[in-house]
Amino acid sequence: MAQTVAQPTATTAVVPAKLPLKAIAPWAVFFGVLMMILLYFVGAEQGATSVFSGTDVHEWVHDARHLLGFPCH
Amino acid sequence: MNSATVRNLLVRGMLAGLAAGVLALIVAYVLGEPNVDKAISFEEAHSHEHEMEVVSRSLQSTAGLATGVLVFGVAFGGIAALAFCFALGRVGRFSPRATALLLAGCALLTVYVVPFLKYPANPPSVGNPDTIGKRTTLYFLMMLLSVLLAIATTLLGKRLAPSLGTWWATVVAVAAFVVVIALAYQFLPVVNEVPKEFPATLLWRFRLSAVAIQTVLWAGFGLVFGELADRVLNPRPATAASKQAVPAAH
Repeated sequence: MAQTVAQPTATTAVVPAKLPLKAIAPWAVFFGVLMMILLYFVGAEQGATSVFSGTDVHEWVHDARHLLGFPCH
Repeated sequence: MNSATVRNLLVRGMLAGLAAGVLALIVAYVLGEPNVDKAISFEEAHSHEHEMEVVSRSLQSTAGLATGVLVFGVAFGGIAALAFCFALGRVGRFSPRATALLLAGCALLTVYVVPFLKYPANPPSVGNPDTIGKRTTLYFLMMLLSVLLAIATTLLGKRLAPSLGTWWATVVAVAAFVVVIALAYQFLPVVNEVPKEFPATLLWRFRLSAVAIQTVLWAGFGLVFGELADRVLNPRPATAASKQAVPAAH
């Protein structure tokens, strides 16, 4: 009995160690920008502003844009 | 070790976002698409100009929808994983799984629900093409404002915690968030471009399905990423060894 009481300390939740900001920053800057560019192409390209001319990108993601809540034409 | 941990979490965040995107895609196809089709029928019945179809409807509602929803899932999965790296061990006494689910819930609220309550999702035929610039700016502005305020709220809560205690610090910080968002709702311009004869029930159903998509996306992300992050941060001993070791210990 005493042994089973002592056991759970290994599984008790502890506050997880912090990841140092210096380790996160380079990933956050590079991938943060990259992910925002992806979101721009799904959410806004060829609507208010265009990187590529035409309406192909807009028409391709048309339904997703409406259903994900982005303003669309 | 730490930079590698961030990288591992980022990759898993994008994979969890992809998995959540698949769930959201099912909801979008089953619940959302019928409403989009009905709205397009309304548009065709009430407009005299016929637009050239660049991408066919059958492609838009399948491959096009999938591209949009999955890219959205991966992109937000990556961003949420990076936010998780900042939040872990800093927001309170939460395990990796609880941190992931809490973060996903807050992301659903700040990235989607708060902007949605001011500028809700609109089906085809709702929205004047001439105001797309203004509407896009306002929507992204509302999203940005909401996210920045949520970060400020977290920092405020942490700052107040030593003097007020965790409970009241959280209540006060969230109340401050609500007040500032209410002011933004009050002072940002109203957008209402619903055509007069557009069916109210269709608009309501479309918007409900839009909320369902985001709820499934973020709930799925929180659960999947929480599990993956837990495995990165608390590696378990090799399963074969532990299966033998556990009964042997007693």
